[in-house]
Amino acid sequence: MTVTEQRPGRAPPAPDLRPPGLRAGLLLAACACLAGAALLGVLVGPVRLDPAGVLAELAGRLPLVEVRGGLPERDAAILWQLRLPRVVLGALVGAMLAMAGAAYQGVFRNPLADPYLLGAAGGAGLGATLAIAYGPDTTGWPVGPLPLAAFVGAVAGVAAAYTLGRSGGARTTTTLVLAGVAVASFLTAVQTYVQQLEDDTLREVYGWILGRLSLAGWSDVLLILPYALLSAAVMVACRRLLDVLAVGDDEAQSLGVRAARVRLVVVAAATLGTAAAVAVSGLIGFVGIIVPHTVRLIAGSSYRLVLPLCLLLGAAFMILADLIARTVMAPGELPIGVVTAFFGAPFFAVVLRTTRRAP
Amino acid sequence: MTAIELRGVSVDLDGRPVLHDLTLSVPSGARLGLIGPNGSGKTTLLRAVAGLVGHRGDIRIGGAAPASLTRRELARRIAVVPQNPVVPPGATVGDYVLMGRTPYIPYLGTESRRDLSIVASVLDQLDLAALAGRRLDSLSGGERQRAVLARALAQQAPVLLLDEPTTGLDVGHQQQVLELVDELRAALDLTVLSAMHDLTLAGQFADELVLLDGGRVAAAGPARAVLTEGVISRHYHASVRVLEDPDGGVVVIPVRPSRPAGAGAPDGRKVAT
Repeated sequence: MTVTEQRPGRAPPAPDLRPPGLRAGLLLAACACLAGAALLGVLVGPVRLDPAGVLAELAGRLPLVEVRGGLPERDAAILWQLRLPRVVLGALVGAMLAMAGAAYQGVFRNPLADPYLLGAAGGAGLGATLAIAYGPDTTGWPVGPLPLAAFVGAVAGVAAAYTLGRSGGARTTTTLVLAGVAVASFLTAVQTYVQQLEDDTLREVYGWILGRLSLAGWSDVLLILPYALLSAAVMVACRRLLDVLAVGDDEAQSLGVRAARVRLVVVAAATLGTAAAVAVSGLIGFVGIIVPHTVRLIAGSSYRLVLPLCLLLGAAFMILADLIARTVMAPGELPIGVVTAFFGAPFFAVVLRTTRRAP
Repeated sequence: MTAIELRGVSVDLDGRPVLHDLTLSVPSGARLGLIGPNGSGKTTLLRAVAGLVGHRGDIRIGGAAPASLTRRELARRIAVVPQNPVVPPGATVGDYVLMGRTPYIPYLGTESRRDLSIVASVLDQLDLAALAGRRLDSLSGGERQRAVLARALAQQAPVLLLDEPTTGLDVGHQQQVLELVDELRAALDLTVLSAMHDLTLAGQFADELVLLDGGRVAAAGPARAVLTEGVISRHYHASVRVLEDPDGGVVVIPVRPSRPAGAGAPDGRKVAT
């Protein structure tokens, strides 16, 4: 028996459940933001590229499209070998950090959770420091040891925190977060010790910790693309379940959701994405908190919309942050983590003031 | 037919026994009120029936053991209205009620038109249609309790467990919520098992009452048999007067112990009226 069948002849009103126009509009606007940011990202730099030429060059690479014109050879090389890989890598890193931040906030029901909450940063930092201090000379290798060490460190850090957090009797999210804090402190302590032992590498380690995309090439993109795609697909697929986790484990279970299993799957996916991002960009703070909260202020709290928007706007935000990082002090570069915090915090304040919704 | 059956059910929490060897049977379509002092095991009993806490002994829901069902199957048979529902920050009423369809939506899928139409009709039935786009945390206590009830109804489960559904509501809203549950129970042929604090309301809105004390059944039967001054004094350590309601129910009135009703203040002064 259904409730609908109880009241024959009474047409249910159209409820305001999912205003499709608003959703589609927001997603389209976010796509436009990303496209605009990407275009700016490839156009702006020490060498000015002709916008029409860039568009023609990009369109010419699409299948089944014949475009005349394009860029001179040198400009084309700048576009394809320098600017575009960096923009694509920035987009991947931004999307991963924003989505992972949103997912962690949902899983831990804590608005201050960020992708580094469970020891990913400490693990990646230790891995990177070890690689910088003791790594083999890898001239000529397709991928250096640093990204691999950071990736493995991040995954190992979270795995250690998860194991520790679940080993006690009570399996609450609070014990998990506390385990994350303990693991992160321990790993950071070891990392600092190694760094002090090998103080000639201090500058390189600090440069990595503050985040950078400056070495971006297609090999970096290819390195993290599979992990990024898998992580994003799993997180988006779990968007409804993340909404249900917001009512707590007990209620989620009485609604038919195996809360602990969903949490494990989402944490694993978010960790994979974070580790992939950390491997190629170092530790870029703030994105995982600011983008999800800005999205919530604009689009409400449902992960069905928050996660796709975080993907698009996280990518756009990181491209713009990187653009600023490499232009304000040109030819020098600011660490990108400095930019995300310096511009992100006031931007967030503006969004907070101009919207009525609380995050 | 029996909707809920418990045979020799015991529950320990953190090594401490909370329910002892409970045996209980709720016929399909019945309304059973669970009463008992704080800590007597009412909530634990509901949680055990809902499969949220481990137990010894035998529990059957519509003839099936909860352990033999998946979480999703169980959620299609039992809907729970918790005592203090978590209000997810920022969620709209529509999205919240849609959560009730979770056991029907494939794990990685999205809601169907049928899910949306069921939610729409539940919202309509509970006079929430106009509030569907409002944030849950902006509603009044009574409206919010209706939204929680709506989410449970959207589960379309034949068994409804209510844990003190009138907590925090004024007397008018208490009545409205319980009348609503009663109407829905009759219309949808639900079996309702509810833990209640207010003894008068418990008597009015249940066919039978089960009084728990110390994790055991202390008394069971119709309100008139269970709600007596002696039983309430023994198990609640409360002084009450029980009056017979002309409609067949009973009214339980707390009175000040060891002083006759209507006496003045302790020092003999009359309270100004």
